[in-house]
Amino acid sequence: MNILISILHILLALILSPLLFGVINRTKARFAGRKGQPLLQSYYDLIKLLRKGSVYSTTTTWVFRLGPVAGLGAALLCIMIIPSGGISGLFSFSGDFILMIYLMGVARFLTVTAAMDTGSAFEGMGASRELQFSVIAEIVLLLGMSVLAIGTGETGISRIYADVWGSDVSLLGPVIFIVAFAFMIVLLTENSRIPVDDPNTHLELTMIHEVMVLDHGGIDLAFIEYGASLKLWIFCELMTGIAIPLRTGQPFYDIPINVIGIFIVAVLVGIIESSMARLKLLNVPQLLITALSLTVAALFWLLRGIL
Amino acid sequence: MTSMFLLLSSLFILFSGGITALFLGGKEKAAYRTGVISCLAGAVLAVISAGMVMWTGTEESIRLAWQVPFGSFYLAVDPLSAFFVITISLVSGLASIYGSEYLHTYRKKKNLGAAWCYFNILFASMLLVVVSRNGILFLFAWEAMSFSSFFLVMFEHEKSKVREAGWIYLVAAHVGQACLMFMFIILGSQNNSLDFDKFIAPSGIAGVVFILAAIGFGTKAGFLPLHVWLPDAHPAAPSHVSAVMSGVMIKTGIYGLIRIVSLIGAPALWWGYTLLIIGAVSGVIGVLLALSQHDIKRLLAYHSVENIGIITIGLGLWLIGVSSNNYIIAVMGLMGGLLHVLNHALFKSLLFLGVGSVVHFTGTREMDLMGGLMKKMPLTAFAFGIGSAAICGLPPLNGFVSEFIIYLGAFNAMAGAHPFSGQILGGLIAVIALGLIGGLAAACFTKVFGTVFLGSFRSNEPEKSHENMGPMVWVMIIFAACCIVLGLLGPVAVKFIEPVAAQFLDVSRVSEVSKMLCSLLFKVSLGGTVLIVISVMLWSFRKLALMRRTNRFSPTWDCGYLVPTSRMQYTSSSFAWPIVGMFRWILGPKVHSKIDKGYFPGSAALSTQTSDVFRKWFYTPLFKLVIESAHRVHKLQEGRNQLYVLYIAVTILVLLLVKVR
Repeated sequence: MNILISILHILLALILSPLLFGVINRTKARFAGRKGQPLLQSYYDLIKLLRKGSVYSTTTTWVFRLGPVAGLGAALLCIMIIPSGGISGLFSFSGDFILMIYLMGVARFLTVTAAMDTGSAFEGMGASRELQFSVIAEIVLLLGMSVLAIGTGETGISRIYADVWGSDVSLLGPVIFIVAFAFMIVLLTENSRIPVDDPNTHLELTMIHEVMVLDHGGIDLAFIEYGASLKLWIFCELMTGIAIPLRTGQPFYDIPINVIGIFIVAVLVGIIESSMARLKLLNVPQLLITALSLTVAALFWLLRGIL
Repeated sequence: MTSMFLLLSSLFILFSGGITALFLGGKEKAAYRTGVISCLAGAVLAVISAGMVMWTGTEESIRLAWQVPFGSFYLAVDPLSAFFVITISLVSGLASIYGSEYLHTYRKKKNLGAAWCYFNILFASMLLVVVSRNGILFLFAWEAMSFSSFFLVMFEHEKSKVREAGWIYLVAAHVGQACLMFMFIILGSQNNSLDFDKFIAPSGIAGVVFILAAIGFGTKAGFLPLHVWLPDAHPAAPSHVSAVMSGVMIKTGIYGLIRIVSLIGAPALWWGYTLLIIGAVSGVIGVLLALSQHDIKRLLAYHSVENIGIITIGLGLWLIGVSSNNYIIAVMGLMGGLLHVLNHALFKSLLFLGVGSVVHFTGTREMDLMGGLMKKMPLTAFAFGIGSAAICGLPPLNGFVSEFIIYLGAFNAMAGAHPFSGQILGGLIAVIALGLIGGLAAACFTKVFGTVFLGSFRSNEPEKSHENMGPMVWVMIIFAACCIVLGLLGPVAVKFIEPVAAQFLDVSRVSEVSKMLCSLLFKVSLGGTVLIVISVMLWSFRKLALMRRTNRFSPTWDCGYLVPTSRMQYTSSSFAWPIVGMFRWILGPKVHSKIDKGYFPGSAALSTQTSDVFRKWFYTPLFKLVIESAHRVHKLQEGRNQLYVLYIAVTILVLLLVKVR
């Protein structure tokens, strides 16, 4: 039964994740007073891309073709690890989030090498920025998970997320919200949203993630786009899994609650994108350091409570 | 007794092979054949002998008399020694095959017989270091190891850079050796014997012995700030020697530390924290310095500092666990650290060998001049890519397995700990350091792999059109295969390492934790397999779908620019610059730029340089001070014989007074 429910939430992620972009874009359109593209636009895009042929740069090798494939593979494996609120992931064990964070590292490593394979200065630029930001983002994730591990006394993400709203709410509650806020900043960074990166920018020099995939097209681009939507879904789960205190214990209520939470996060991202300008590139590390400081603050709060 | 006999014969073969090669110096073919064959035979015998000990888990020893005071020819192979013997033999044996082709270009220019002699002696002395159980014998082997590697570093002694590197290495090695001598003197005077099995350190002395061991062995291992010799010595040596030095020789420092710490009694909590902090600092600063290098071999040398840091973090968790009675942390820390010794030996040797081939091919060590080698040397590039991913600790390769175990130890230290026990802090330091190292290493190796093998060549293209399909390539492929296999067989690796951990910790608890680790690593391996399977499926889907469609090739999109050149590619320096800039308060990089003023600038030049902060701010002033004070003492030596006679008379008088009193 539990396995079936875990599979169900994986299926939901696989089907619904491209919709997140639709929701974000619709929110932004509403803020701008536009009607906006159809909610299902990313599905149409994926189908269109999957039906195309290929254009490869003559500079590239198999490394360029491996990037999108393995990147999507890593994202699919991460979806199997991440729990949905209190409901355990399909593939959960002690230390599974370390594997998950490193799988994202695999995806990043291969995306970056694929970008370097084109020999384009623009793509090198994006790759170098992506790596710079991910260094701090990874620490925030690991430190946030450490805080939650200390708080719950567990070492697997599914168990941590299941226990997080358990016994000691008065102690853990504030800590969880601080960590969730830090995770939100990481979400914006890792998924290349405003204020870190602008997915709609039209100047290659200022792009981060988009510029890395400038030379990808057709099926490869479809893999990348789908992988990106899965990644967004994973980060949303990472946040809503702790930030939603409402747990009924009944999977048939909990899963919808969590999915609604994920789409609320998507709306939130849309609101942030509509109300903020993009940060200067040099200021992005400061934003991430803020997230790091938040997790450290959460750590102190927690230790003060325990000691 | 068989395994001891095999080990002794391995040592004998290595030594006699080396001497024979030395005398065959003029006949190059015969010399290198002798060298390679004796290395391989020695490696096979040593692996068999150590494998037997690992399998049975029993210690074998031999003790012969030796005329040297306090010395005895006391050798023993226990699981810890056996583990290191296997690692050393594996890397040295394969490196010797690589060397047989690599040294080919130096024919008629160099005395290759001598090179093989020193290589064999280096191999033999490393084996002797990890099996000797007497202080004098240990120091003798240690010195032989330092000297033979010094001569190998000096292989191209006609270059002044190489000579400088060699001298720095020699000085560093002997500073370390001095600490070790002092340590053995303290231990020996306490116990009136220099045999390891008689060592017991009273609690007051144990701390001093620990510090001396950390400095002495740390110099060899490359703990920060004792690492200064590494970034000079590794690039200077021939690549197969760098592979052995970086892959296994520096690990003898780790071996020594484990051995001495386990001999001198129950560890204090501060030992664990000392190692943990040394490890964290070495790891993070090592990788930062690596990131800012342009010389590819220097970069790899700094990565050795980083990986020694990871190993030391594991050892630190081990000691913290032991002293605070948390056996899960202890076992995971020790196992993770030891396994990383093996893993690092594999991928670092692979990377050094790969770089050797690249330098051989292009004739430069400057990364910013390379590029696009993937098309010319596809197999080397593949193997190097595997090694790069493995050193970043990415699943499903072997680096992840050992880092995962250390992470798990750290998270167990936090999750299960009583808040007062002080383990939470240890776990936090370990997790933050490992996370930072992981992110920075990924940046560093995408930079290396990207600028060397991907894109297109940045300067005048090398004439050779493809790599030689000789032993050099196959050795690298074997190493790469080891990285993949060990990454997918995590549980087997844990079982392999279990007897070593059981030697130092309670056996039942070790087997309990190793069972737990096996089941977890099985899941990790399962995840890795799933990742590979999914990727293969997606790849074939892509392949099938593209079969009947129009597939075109065109130049890289450069935003409409019509005459792109390969020099417009992102270089390794520009790639690393954002991160180097972020950490400039540690690294202090220097930028030299020259741009013509005016509206139509004709030419421009930009170069960046990051020198070793410790060398610049600590060692250079220190040695300046040493030289100045030496000059002062120099005044005593005026060159007048009468004065010298006076010195002798005064000395005798003082000695007499001391004796009479």
